[in-house]
Amino acid sequence: MRRFAALLDALVYTRSRNAKLKLLADYLRETPDPDRGWALAALTDGLDFPAVKSATIRNLMTERVDPVLWALSRDYVGDTAETASLLWPGPDIAEDPPTVSEAVDTLSRMTRANVMMELPRLLDRLDAEERYALLKLATGAMRIGISARLAKTAFALAFDVSVEDVEEHWHGQSAPYAALFGWAAHGAAPPSAEHLPLFRPFMLAHPLEAAEIDLAGYAAEWKWDGIRVQVVHVNGETRVYSRSGDDISGSFPEIAEALHIDAVLDGELLVRGAHQGREEGGAASFNALQQRLGRKTVSKKMLADYPAFVRLYDVLILEGEDLRPLPWSDRRARLEELIARLDPERFDLSAVIPAADFAELAAIRERAREDAIEGVMLKRRDSPYVAGRKTGLWYKWKRDPLLIDCVLMYAQRGSGKRSSFYSDYTFGCWDGDPDSGAELLPVGKAYFGFTDEELKWLDRYVRNHTVNRFGPVRETDKSLVLEVAFDSVHASKRHKSGLAMRFPRIHRIRADKPAHEADRIATLQAMIRD
Amino acid sequence: MARDFAWIRPEPEGIHIAPADCWIDPSIPVAHALVTHGHSDHARGGHGVTVATPETLAIMELRYATSEGARPVLYGETLRLPGDVSATFFPAGHVLGSAQILLEHAGERVVVTGDFKRRPDPTCAPFEVVPCDVLVTEATFALPVFRHPPVEHEIAKLLSTLAANPERCVLVGAYALGKAQRLIAELRRAGHAAPIYLHGAMEAMCRLYARFGIDLGDLRLVSDVKTPELAGQIVIAPPSALNDRWSRRLPDPITAMASGWMRVRQRARQRMVELPLVISDHADWDELTRTITEVNPAETWITHGREDAMMRWCELNQRRARALALVGYEDEDD
Ligand SMILES: [Zn+2]
Ligand SMILES: [Zn+2]
Repeated sequence: MRRFAALLDALVYTRSRNAKLKLLADYLRETPDPDRGWALAALTDGLDFPAVKSATIRNLMTERVDPVLWALSRDYVGDTAETASLLWPGPDIAEDPPTVSEAVDTLSRMTRANVMMELPRLLDRLDAEERYALLKLATGAMRIGISARLAKTAFALAFDVSVEDVEEHWHGQSAPYAALFGWAAHGAAPPSAEHLPLFRPFMLAHPLEAAEIDLAGYAAEWKWDGIRVQVVHVNGETRVYSRSGDDISGSFPEIAEALHIDAVLDGELLVRGAHQGREEGGAASFNALQQRLGRKTVSKKMLADYPAFVRLYDVLILEGEDLRPLPWSDRRARLEELIARLDPERFDLSAVIPAADFAELAAIRERAREDAIEGVMLKRRDSPYVAGRKTGLWYKWKRDPLLIDCVLMYAQRGSGKRSSFYSDYTFGCWDGDPDSGAELLPVGKAYFGFTDEELKWLDRYVRNHTVNRFGPVRETDKSLVLEVAFDSVHASKRHKSGLAMRFPRIHRIRADKPAHEADRIATLQAMIRD
Repeated sequence: MARDFAWIRPEPEGIHIAPADCWIDPSIPVAHALVTHGHSDHARGGHGVTVATPETLAIMELRYATSEGARPVLYGETLRLPGDVSATFFPAGHVLGSAQILLEHAGERVVVTGDFKRRPDPTCAPFEVVPCDVLVTEATFALPVFRHPPVEHEIAKLLSTLAANPERCVLVGAYALGKAQRLIAELRRAGHAAPIYLHGAMEAMCRLYARFGIDLGDLRLVSDVKTPELAGQIVIAPPSALNDRWSRRLPDPITAMASGWMRVRQRARQRMVELPLVISDHADWDELTRTITEVNPAETWITHGREDAMMRWCELNQRRARALALVGYEDEDD
């Protein structure tokens, strides 16, 4: 527990992402099993002890401390677990602190009936820092800016394996991740995923920077403006995963129910757009899809008004055969065969754009006015399906070039009728590869572009993801991607990023996109036209 | 019927002793002032006569560049003031020269603690319990969450961070009067014999401590050495210098801060501190409540800090208490 408590405090006080990665990687490398597995789960919000909640701690304390003194203390410290850890009349230095796994074991055996007796026994064996760590671990509210992605990156760093492999093997594993550590730390075979409906990391595209590309080597496809999903069916179970690997099957039951062939499919989730005034059966704009996102339960009316379907791009695994090593053209052929066997109401095929050469493609792209089209994808015909973003294989050519994906960093209260909302947003881009320790640099500020609904959503998001406060400003955990639209961007010596955006506005909330996939400073620099 | 101690009155500008027309730690210039210690929120310049310990007077002279009207008084020495008031100074254990002041008039005893602590401090005389009818106490850290850990624990934390980062330096923010010298003295006591490097604003005060017999070992100025010499060393600067231009010349500093407020994580994070050191020159909650219990006054008056929690504790323990609304005590010295 001592080492975990020290790690937690170091993470609390460390600002740079790079330094956090190092702290976490060192801990994972140097701590024995199964402590490191439990710690990893705790840091990524993977532990739940039903008998120990924030209210339990509050009750425990008000039994021992005068309620007025408790309230004054809690107000000042701002955090229940921390207040309790400081108030607990424990030793300055703990003689015999439990290990993390011993603590996890004890916590998981606690019940509502005995928690008020058992938790004190555990606390009595810890010093103040360890008590803080224990209570944070028990109540699952770390709020120290460790995303699952950062944890996976640290894991990869600790054992010198690739982040994509970690992504792939992580899914389906549970704390304390014995098989995962066995593979990475002790060279055992990776955990088998064949019979589980697991997420496979997506293949991603680079923005097209070259002036032209030879269509003999590349196929062109529309880039649809929905959310990228992976639909997995195996052993009678189906899952729909978002870009970040979150299971969103519950929000889209009609998709989950429609696939009965063992397969892993890559596509764009869209809703049909009749109510958008478009032709019946076409894809609606992203706003229509937004109605369906983030819902735990879906009403019949929702299903009827905003029916979802998946426009397929690719097939990764089909009936036990891993197609990922095959060239794109072979996979495409398999996908075109497969589509005939799928429910046409829920699955269709993203068409390849028939362009003879690049100039024709540019003209077609220019004419495309459909709301649901975001741009054009260019895929090398011989590219295997590889996780992540590999140079030269896939490119995205967005329709509106002055859009960029940023990460929300700070939010400030607005003025006037917005004074109760966090409505002024500062966002940033990565100054390099986020997986190799790049940092976010602020690139701009915006306070419009969103609807009232979105403002409410953003305000709630900011409040739930605050890691720090400076007067009216909150620092967020930097987990939310915002698509920012702007008129132009210029070089500026006044800004740390060296850039100033003109007229930036929040174009869209990209809750589906993981923060490390936001754009880099270099992308913005390439857009400078003066 | 309780006595009302009308001869001693808390005013917004300080504590006024009416029969002697004399003030304790006034925040405005007055004709006659008694000063508990040298921190600038207690020791202002410009009084006609300033009564304080020789150490406090020396600190004030260093800060205000004048010794006009200075009247030294030793610990334990009793002064006769006009209006049949007498004043005796006792050690407060807060910083070099810090004193509690016992005032006696008409058979009543009032002790003004100024700032104090109960823990041992190699740079100043230890606090003495002085029985009285009214205890006028500070309450800077009067919340039960403030329980300062043993100083050895924090010093060990600092030294192990230093050892683990031989290429970097640890830059510690510490107040120039008191905290800095105590930190150095504790480092020496823990066996750290290497030179300790100072921001220019620290130098004069450290020299003053040495003049009063507090040995602080080998101290050097950052401005006198080249950057590589600072790798693996401790640098001490005033908190205001931690994140400013001045620190840019240091070799990849780890920012530390020595203060009682570092107990609370959010406070440390707000100050961009990477290594919080919970070292305070003020009494923590346990010391405050223990002091009231030991002194056992008929009334407790609370000068500055977190009065509401202190008042509540007094209420729970059936003690008469009053919160005085004094202005201008700003915790230069937390
Ligand atoms: Zn003070
Ligand atoms: Zn003071």
